[in-house]
Amino acid sequence: MSLDLNSVRDYLKHYDGPDVNLMEVCGSHTGAIAKNGIPSLLSDKIHLISGPGCPVCVCVSSYIDRLIELSLTENTCVVTFGDLIRVPGSQESLSIARGRGARVRMVYSPMETLDLAEKDPATTFVFAAVGFETTAPVYALLVEETKERHLSNVKLLTAIKTMPAVIDSLCSSHAPVDGFLAPGHVCAVTGYTAYEGLAKRYDLPFVVCGFTGPELLIGLTLLVKYRGQGIVKNAYPRVVTREGNQEAQALMQEVFEPAPAAWRGLGIIENSGLVLKGSYASCDAGSRDLSEDNKKNRACICDQVLTGRKKPVDCPLFGKVCSPMHPQGACMVSQEGSCFTWLTSGRQR
Amino acid sequence: MDEVITTAHGSGGRATGELIAAVFAKAFHDEMDDAAVLSVNGSEKIAMTTDSFVVTPRFYAGGDIGRLAICGTVNDLLMRGAKPAYLTAGFILEEGTKVEELSRAVTSMAETAREAGVTVVAGDTKVVEGHGGSEPQFYINTAGVGLMNGFGDAASVSAAGARPGDAILVSGTMGDHHAAILGARLGLEGTIRSDNAPLVDMVRNLLQAGVRVHTMRDVTRGGLGTVLKELATSSKQVFRIEEEKIPVSPAVKSFAGMLGLDPLYMGNEGKMALIVDEADAELSLQILRASKYGENAARIGKVEAPVADTPEGSVILTTAIGGLRSIDVLQDEGLPRIC
Repeated sequence: MSLDLNSVRDYLKHYDGPDVNLMEVCGSHTGAIAKNGIPSLLSDKIHLISGPGCPVCVCVSSYIDRLIELSLTENTCVVTFGDLIRVPGSQESLSIARGRGARVRMVYSPMETLDLAEKDPATTFVFAAVGFETTAPVYALLVEETKERHLSNVKLLTAIKTMPAVIDSLCSSHAPVDGFLAPGHVCAVTGYTAYEGLAKRYDLPFVVCGFTGPELLIGLTLLVKYRGQGIVKNAYPRVVTREGNQEAQALMQEVFEPAPAAWRGLGIIENSGLVLKGSYASCDAGSRDLSEDNKKNRACICDQVLTGRKKPVDCPLFGKVCSPMHPQGACMVSQEGSCFTWLTSGRQR
Repeated sequence: MDEVITTAHGSGGRATGELIAAVFAKAFHDEMDDAAVLSVNGSEKIAMTTDSFVVTPRFYAGGDIGRLAICGTVNDLLMRGAKPAYLTAGFILEEGTKVEELSRAVTSMAETAREAGVTVVAGDTKVVEGHGGSEPQFYINTAGVGLMNGFGDAASVSAAGARPGDAILVSGTMGDHHAAILGARLGLEGTIRSDNAPLVDMVRNLLQAGVRVHTMRDVTRGGLGTVLKELATSSKQVFRIEEEKIPVSPAVKSFAGMLGLDPLYMGNEGKMALIVDEADAELSLQILRASKYGENAARIGKVEAPVADTPEGSVILTTAIGGLRSIDVLQDEGLPRIC
C-alpha cells in the first residue's frame, strides 16, 4: 500500500481486522500521540498502550527519597531537570521538600552543573541523572568533564535505564502487545539491532518511528500491517541507522556498565540499567541498591498501566484523587506520563 | 490545596486557580477578576486592577521589566473594555540593586506609559535584604484605573460573553515572550523578540468601530490553551479551534520543537484572544490587522453550543493531521517564572 498521509489515515480509520494492541515504549511518543490527537484517528479495533518509556515514571520511590535526603544534607544541592521535582517519593516530592529548606536547582542541561560547582566549591552538586540511552551519553560527558576540570564536588545519582531488556521482560511475561513502536531517539543512539533479536524471538513487529503526526500514523500502519511477523522496520531513516551513533555508544561504554535496574511497578530487571563503572565510583552519590518501591497511594495502578494491562481511565484514582496538581503516581507527573497525557488531552480510549 | 507554596502556584495554570479559591477568594470576594468594574457616584464606571512583576532576566530582546509593568496593568484594564488612565507604581528593591539598572527600567516605564496614554500618578519604594550569593533583584507592582466606555460601549464585554456561533480570534503570533525569555536564560542567541506591548490601539479601534466584542482576554502566563479553557468554562459553551490557524512564527515554532514546548501553552505579553459576533468577524480581523501590533491577527475557531459528548467548557482542537484533542488549562510549567 501507499504510505502517503491520506492512505494511512484512511487505512487506520477503517481497519476492520482482528483487534490489535500496539505499544509505544517512549515517553516522547506518548506525548506526541496525545498532542496530535492520534487516538481519534484510529478504528475501534486498534488500541494504543503506553509502555515503560517515560524515565520519570519508572523511577522507584527510594530514588526520589534518596534525592530528597541529599537535598536536605548540609552543603549539598540537588541539580535536576524540571520534571522530577514533583514526582512523589514514598512521603513527599522534591518540590515540597524545597518548601522546608531543601536545596534543589533546576537546569536545562546537565552541563550547567559544572559551572555551578566551579563557582561554589564548598557545595557538592548532585545531578539527578534519570533517563534512557538518549540522555546517558550527556551524563557520560558530564562525568568526563568533571574529571577533566578536576572537580571533586560534582556527583551523579543515577537511575539510567536501557530499553531492550525491559521490552524482553514485557514480552516474556505475556503482556498483551501485538507490536511495538520502537523509540526513535533511543535508536538514534543505539541503533536497532537489539530489537531484531526480540522481534524474531517473539514474532512481533517493531517499527522505529519518528515523532511528527504523519510519522506516527505511518509507524502504526506498518505495525498493523506486519502483525504476527517478527520483523523490524525503520520508518525514521532521516535520523536512525541500524548501527546507531557509535561515538555516543563508545562514550557511554567508557563511563557506564550494564547492571540490574529497579523499575517502578516492574521490580528488578537484569541488565536493564547503566551504572557508573568502578573507575568513576567517586562520582557516584550512592546510586546502587536503590530498589525499594513504596507507593504513596496503595490504590495507584501505575505498574499495570506501564505494562499495558490497564488503561489510565481504569484506575479508581484517575482524575479524582490523582491529578497533575496532586499526583499519586509518577505517570500523572511527567508530561510524557500516560496518565498525565490521557487526563490533559481528554483521552478515553 | 498544598500545604506550602511552590512555583506551580505562580504558573497561571491550575495551581494558581486553586490558591486563589482556597485563600484569596475566600477572604475577599468570590467574584474577583483580573480587573474589577466599579461605580463612582452611582453612574460613572471605572475599571481597576493591579499586577506584580518578577522576571529574569529583567532586560530581554523586545522588552524589560519596566515595559512589562506598564503593559500588564494597561492590558488588564483594556480587556474589560476600559480606557486606561492612571497608574501607580511600587518598587521592591533588593539591597545591592544597581541604580543604573533601576533607572533604565524606570525610563522604559515612562516611555511605555506615554505610548499607552497613561499617567503614573503615585509610587512607593521599599528596600529589602538580598538573598546573598545570587544577583540582586527588584520587583515592580503597578495598579491602574481605567474609564469604562472611554473608547466606546463596552457593556457587552465579559469573560462569560461567548455565544454559539461567535468567532474566536487572536491578535497575533503565540509564544514570542516565552521563547524570548527562555532563550535569554539558556544563553541562546536568536532572533526571537518578546511581544511585550500595550494593546491600546487595537482595543480602541475595535470599540470605536462599534464591533460587537463579547470577550477580550490578554494571553499571558498559561498561554492560549489556558485562556480558551477558562473562557469556555465561564461562558458555558464549547470552543472549537484549529491548530493550523493559530499563528506561530517559524522561529518560535522551531524553538518550541527543540525544547518540547507547546506554543498553545507558551506565555505572551502583547497578545489577546477575542470572541466577537460572527457577523463582525471579518471587520474585526481587518481592524486588528490595521492596528499597531495586530498585523498577524487570525481567526482560529468558533463557539458552539454544548452537546452530550462535548459538554460545556470543552475546548476541542483539530490537529494538523485532522486528529481531535481536548484542551485543558496548563497544569504545571515546571520552569522558572517568565513574567
